[in-house]
Amino acid sequence: MASDKRDMGEQVKDRGRHYFDDPKRWKRLIAILIVVCAVVFALDIANPILYRMTGFELRHPERNWEGFPEFYAVYGFLAYTAIVYTAKLLRKGVMRDEDYYDR
Amino acid sequence: MIGSLPPAAVMILGALFVPLLRGRARTGWVLLLPIASLAALLALGEGEFGQVSIFSYELTLVRIDGLSRIFGWLFHIAAFIGLIFARRGGSALEDASALVYAGAAVGAVGAGDLITLFVFWELLALSSVFLVWARGTERSYRAGIRYLIIQVGSGVILLAGIIAHARATGSVAFDHLGTETLGTKLILLGIGIKAAFPLLHNWLTDAYPEATYSGAVFLSAFTTKVAVYALARGYAGTDLLIWVGVVMTMFPIFYAVIENDLRRVLGYSMINQIGFMVCGVGIGTEMAVNGAVAHAFNDVLFKGLLFMSTGALLYRAGTTKCSELGGLYKSMPKTAGLCIVGAASISAFPLFSGFVSKSMVMAAALEQNLDVVWLFLLFASAGVLHHAGIKIPFYGFFGPDSGIRTKEAPTSMLIAMGMAAFLCVFNGTFPTLFLYPNLPYEVTYVPFTSAHVISQLQLLFFAVLAFVWLRLSDREPHELPSTNLDADWFYRRFGKGLALAAGGVTSRLRDAVAARSVAAAGSAIGSARRYMGPTGVLGRTWPTGTNVIWVAILLLVFLLLYYASTPVTSAPPPP
Repeated sequence: MASDKRDMGEQVKDRGRHYFDDPKRWKRLIAILIVVCAVVFALDIANPILYRMTGFELRHPERNWEGFPEFYAVYGFLAYTAIVYTAKLLRKGVMRDEDYYDR
Repeated sequence: MIGSLPPAAVMILGALFVPLLRGRARTGWVLLLPIASLAALLALGEGEFGQVSIFSYELTLVRIDGLSRIFGWLFHIAAFIGLIFARRGGSALEDASALVYAGAAVGAVGAGDLITLFVFWELLALSSVFLVWARGTERSYRAGIRYLIIQVGSGVILLAGIIAHARATGSVAFDHLGTETLGTKLILLGIGIKAAFPLLHNWLTDAYPEATYSGAVFLSAFTTKVAVYALARGYAGTDLLIWVGVVMTMFPIFYAVIENDLRRVLGYSMINQIGFMVCGVGIGTEMAVNGAVAHAFNDVLFKGLLFMSTGALLYRAGTTKCSELGGLYKSMPKTAGLCIVGAASISAFPLFSGFVSKSMVMAAALEQNLDVVWLFLLFASAGVLHHAGIKIPFYGFFGPDSGIRTKEAPTSMLIAMGMAAFLCVFNGTFPTLFLYPNLPYEVTYVPFTSAHVISQLQLLFFAVLAFVWLRLSDREPHELPSTNLDADWFYRRFGKGLALAAGGVTSRLRDAVAARSVAAAGSAIGSARRYMGPTGVLGRTWPTGTNVIWVAILLLVFLLLYYASTPVTSAPPPP
């Protein structure tokens, strides 16, 4: 069989340090994420206050569960965590060696 | 001249000349064909063309309406972008099979009857397998064989259904079919295999990751989307499909989380996205079918973009395994950036394409009071963010440095990825300019409401927050070289073991029968030799004297018999 066709290029010299080599950059990114999360979280709290003051609503809950404040934020966080833990559980059952089918 | 050809013929016939061309001439030719084919399609306008009558069945080779035209647009765009991507290092075989494959997809969505559909259905299988085999490895050869068996099998089931349906109704028209009769049930099963229904899905996650770096881009565009089209045409509003779709959105996300090969992650991700489309088709309202079709359109673009960026990784770094990658943004920053656009699109961030199409299906589910379905789809959306939104770009380009240093992807690849990325943002930001007006039904849905934007941002950013927390506290699953058992275990291990065991039993049986037969034949030959052989009683040579005695004995016996048989009568009296 012919080998896998690809062009990995010349061995390229690394130009030294890169953007995310500095752990501070990761920390800054995470800080930005936390600020964004805080803002979208705050919108759900601001919504009823805004409605009482101006009569304008950012969102009108169409279903019961949407009326539960921060439904989407909580659902997103919990769903993601649940997926990761379920997948780790699944791995215990289905994971085999890389060459399982080749043997 | 072009106008008199069915659009599918342009790319299929054009592919015949590809092996004769080299270099720039081939590039020019293969890029011209999708454009000419699209021109032929648009020149036809709406209607039915190429009616022929065979054995009292009315065939309609080409039918263009709202549903088939949008898929026609999609397949031409995908073929054009994919062919640009394949310019570097792609062989004439890959170019030719990609063109036939794209032509077959265009032909299948333009088929006005089931027999024409069947012909293009099988052509899809036959042309696409070369994109897997072109990789040239032992693994790709075996995966391609499995792929071909299942794909052709889907066509055979489709044909059986068509025959049953035609005998029952006398018609082979490809319109709404429903699931009342055996024929239409079989047709649904045939389509379901190509749509990667649960338990019938492993051909996809098996073969696509083994294809060439550009082959996977074509594969992700056509086969499954033809199946989605066929479902939308024949089975819109079939309740069963709602739950089939939900299962399809759910189970692949867990597999995608623990899968090590990024292109196999994308394979699971495809099933998850097709789940949204199948669910939309099952709901069957105008908004839901619009959503399914719009999502198919966007999926080809963002999934193509993700397959292209992982293809570029394979081309430059030589692997797509998470456990071997990391830090590639240092070498391939442009590819990394374009990959993030694809990841944002599939995760449905506002202003990216997934936001304006996936939400149509979910809004349609709520409109029909399918609240539980909606909650499942929302859960699956968080799963999409994990494996496609974060895992692909993070472990592909940003994770812990693997030490691999290489060059940026070639220009042709960057152009192709750039076009796909542009269309992702264009459709996500201005859906009313091209996407919505070309959907089969009129669109009343408005994606950019403050409610939709805010709830989507809350869902996504808090899911990202969960990722950061899990990652920093070392709770994320580790990237391990591994194979995960899936439904394909039943034919790759269990079925193979069963076949080998059955083969063992029959071969032992055969050996036993053969041994007995040889023994029986041997003893028969032995006894024959004993009596008739050179030393046997019957084989002995006799001296002449013996023969004389025997002749004398024979004569004596003859005489005795003669006398014995002659009646004893008295002599007649003399006259």
